[in-house]
Formats: sequence, C-alpha cells, structure tokens
Amino acid sequence: MEGWVALYIFMLAAFTGVEVISRVPSILHTPLMSGSNFIHGIVLVGAMVILGMADTSAEIIVGFIAVVLAAGNVVGGYVVTERMLEMFSSTGRKKE
Amino acid sequence: MTSALDFIIPAAYFIAAVMFIYGLKAMSSPVTARRGILWSGAAMLVAVLVTFVHPEVKGNYALMIVAIAIGSVAAWWTAKRVAMTDMPQMIALYNGMGGGAAAAIAGVELLKASSGAVTMDLATIILAVLGGIIGSIAFTGSLIAFAKLQGWMRKTWRFSGQQILNLLVFVTTVVLGAVLVVQGASTGVLIAFFAFALLAGLLITVPIGGADMPVVISLYNALTGLAVGFEGYVLQNPAMMIAGIVVGAAGSLLTQLMAKAMNRPLSNVLFAGFGKADEDAAGAAASGEMKSIDATDAAIQMAYAEKVIIIPGYGMAVAQAQHKIWELTELLTARGVKVSFAIHPVAGRMPGHMNVLLAEAGVPYDVIHDLEDINAQFPTTDVALVIGANDVVNPAARKDPSSPIHGMPILDADRAKNCIVIKRGQGTGFSGIENLLFFEENTRMLYGDAQKVAQALISGVKSLG
Repeated sequence: MEGWVALYIFMLAAFTGVEVISRVPSILHTPLMSGSNFIHGIVLVGAMVILGMADTSAEIIVGFIAVVLAAGNVVGGYVVTERMLEMFSSTGRKKE
Repeated sequence: MTSALDFIIPAAYFIAAVMFIYGLKAMSSPVTARRGILWSGAAMLVAVLVTFVHPEVKGNYALMIVAIAIGSVAAWWTAKRVAMTDMPQMIALYNGMGGGAAAAIAGVELLKASSGAVTMDLATIILAVLGGIIGSIAFTGSLIAFAKLQGWMRKTWRFSGQQILNLLVFVTTVVLGAVLVVQGASTGVLIAFFAFALLAGLLITVPIGGADMPVVISLYNALTGLAVGFEGYVLQNPAMMIAGIVVGAAGSLLTQLMAKAMNRPLSNVLFAGFGKADEDAAGAAASGEMKSIDATDAAIQMAYAEKVIIIPGYGMAVAQAQHKIWELTELLTARGVKVSFAIHPVAGRMPGHMNVLLAEAGVPYDVIHDLEDINAQFPTTDVALVIGANDVVNPAARKDPSSPIHGMPILDADRAKNCIVIKRGQGTGFSGIENLLFFEENTRMLYGDAQKVAQALISGVKSLG
C-alpha cells in the first residue's frame, strides 16, 4: 500500500473515532471503553498472519504468544461488554 | 481460485471495518448499544474466519487453532465469572493482552527483517518500531493497572530520582528504536529494545495511584488501538489500520474527557500523582471533629425529608450494596420523598462504572443525574446521602487552594441542608486526601459496611410504618 493512501486512511479513521465518541453520554463510558477494547482485538487477525508465516522456532513461539494474547483480548472484551450492555437494556425495559 | 480469494479476502476485511464502525456508533446510545456489540462481534468473526484462507498464511494451522482455543477459553472463563465491581481491572487485563499481541507482531516482523526474510521500507520499519514501543508499554502498563485494582499491589513506589530513571529508560527505548530504524534490525538490539519498552510500561505505571487508574486504563486502551493500527500498516491490513486508529482516536478523546472531569492535565496524572502531594497538603486544613449518627436516626431523617440525593461511590460497590440502596430508594419514594442519584464522572474505578453498577441493581436512568444537572439542587436538598464516595464530594476542591484536588469539579454535598456519610472507618479514601466534608457542621458519619448500613436504614424506614 502506498504511504499516502495509508496516511489518508489513518486520518479518516481518527476523525471517525473522535466523531463516533464525542456525543456519548457518560453513563455509557465504561461499556464503550470495553467495546472499543474489544474492537482493537482485530489484532488477532494480524497475530494469525504472523503465526501463519512464521518459519523459525523463535518466530513461531512469539507468533503463538501473539495469537493467545489477541484471542484473550477478543473473547474477554466481547464477553464483559456484552454482560454490561445486557444490564443496560434490562434497565431500559423496566423504564418503559 | 486464487483470483476469487483475491477479491473475497479484502472484501471481507472491508465489510468487517464498516461493521466495526457501525457497531461502535451503535454502542454510543443506550437504546442501540446491545445491537452494536453484536455487529462488532459478527465483524470479528468474519475477519478471523477469512484470515484462515489468507494467502500469506502458509502453515501452522494446528498451532493457530490451539492458540486461539487457549486464549479464548481462558478469557471466556474469567470474563463470565468476574463481578461487576471488578470489571475495570478485567478490561485493563484484556486490553493489555491486545497491546502485547501488537508488540509481538512487531517483534516477529522485525525478526524477519533482521534475518533478511523480508525487506521493509523506511515507513514500514518506523511504524513497526512505534507500534512495538506503544504496544509494549500498553501491555506491561495494563498488567500493573490490573494488579493494582485487583489489590495485588497496594503500594505506590516512589523514590527520589524516579522520574529521571523513567525518563532514562524511555529515552533508551526510543534510541534503541531509532537504531533499529537506521541500521536495520539485529537480534541483539531487538531484544534490548523490547526489554526496555516493557520495562518503561512497568516503571511509568507503578507510581500512579489508584484514584488515577480510570484515566490510565483509558489511556492504555487508546495506546493499544494505535499500536494495532500501526502494525496493520506493517502487515498491509486495512481492517487492522482502521479499527486500530478508530479505537486509538476514540480512546484518546475519552481519556481527555476523564482527565478534564478530574481537572488534572494528563501529564499530571502520569508524572505527579496524588500520593506525593498529600503528605504536605492533606490534614493541615481539616479542623473540627467528625460527628456520628446511628442508622435509626438517619432513617428517620430521610423518611421525613422532602428531597434526598444519593451519592454512590466505590465503597457502595465493594460492599455490593447497590441492590439494598435501590430497595431503600423505593421505600422512600413510596413515602413521597423525592430521591435522585448523583454520579460524578469519575466515581468508581472507571468512568461510568457507577452507572453500570446501578444498572445492575435495576435503577432506572431517569433518577440518575450527572454532576452538571444536579449540583444546583443541593441547597434545596434535605439530605445528601454519601455512600463510600470520597474525593468526588470533597469541598477542599473548592475551598483549599493547597489541596492536590483543588479545582476538580465535585458534587456539592456540603451545600445540602444535611449530609450523611456512610463509611467504614475514619481513614482517608483511595487517594489518601483528608475530606473536609466529614468535618462540616451539618455532616453526620454513619460508620459501617455499606450493605449492613443500608439494611439497617431499610429496617429503620419500615419501622416507621
């Protein structure tokens, strides 16, 4: 990928991130932080690629660790966010 | 076949990126939040599945599946069991794992470059190194944050010259990174680089006090996002770039909002800390004595009040008293008392943490108010009931210019006609700062575990018939 294209992607993504969060009520800050924490779990994809093309044993070991950690990020992030949001939706129903 | 994959793989990553942004957007409103995480979850599933057929993935499939299974099962098992009060440290832990994974990716790529297996252009190697530094700091920093909030690490080590040591370690990390960029990676430098980067994360986080942890966790969340975005460039994976940078930017904004809520610049959180200042500032301004009250009298006072504001803090959360407090609220409301909840932006161990805990107890949103909404109401309030909150109601923030928290916006509980503080003992709170509120003329202390006290208050109100 050309460097300039990457720079445009970074710039647009940064604005998107700020824009998406800027009007969030503070009651949702914790689930949101946890949710964004889950989303950077996309690092799992990179970790899988790294392990998939690892040749030497050092690369395999570090790649293996990367996949374990990233999978923890994904699954842990998802489960705790889901658990928190579940409570918010039940509160919402009670109010209606 | 290959040509089909050439289209399917980028298309799947693209769809995943769209769904991540949509999901994050949906998570920013309570009505659609649940849908948001489901969308993001589906996006993740698509991205992970398609990676199995990624052209660069040539082997190690069995190892991959084993590694995913280990990470997933361990995280699933812990995440299902953790209590809502302990949520912040688990979020820190999972975040740290993501940072560690990003750093490990940088490690393998630089290792490949050092053996000549891949060649990197300048931009790639710079971003690989940057992602390596940031990811490593987020990794060890988050682990320390976890250990502190979990109570495994109570001390905040401070010694003279600490900041100089931290600076030295950080500068050494950057210099080693620069060597990697200029000279190309060599295994020895690579190992030293990561050792120093990991050490920097430890050293930066160790002196930070518990009261500042919300900001720190949010900061490391943003850093992990950045690291993931940078490693996405290294691997030429736009989904990682987009998702990582979106989280990095969103997290930076959240961190800023929180630092603002505490009226402390971020540099202050990272490099100063409450603990140091309180030795000379705290206690000096506190005069008078704390006057205690028993639960029955407190119950009577509230039952015959017109307006009560409840200010929950972490002390309520650890005692798991939120359900009892809601029961008490319902009893009071039935008697015609107007009860509201006032929540400080940094109450709990994470921003919005208290809202999660109240949601768990079934408290509806419409009785919960933010600081800006409710502060004007305190002068007309009969009883402000403070439950295990400390710094967020400390009038020293307004009155005492020498206090380390001076200038921080607080809930004006001291302006209510009466203030009842539920607290376990006379000690200072998490930040170690003496609370002037406890010595005010109209404040009464109600000592005890928040759950037991709440039960006593419930019985007290019930006995009035």
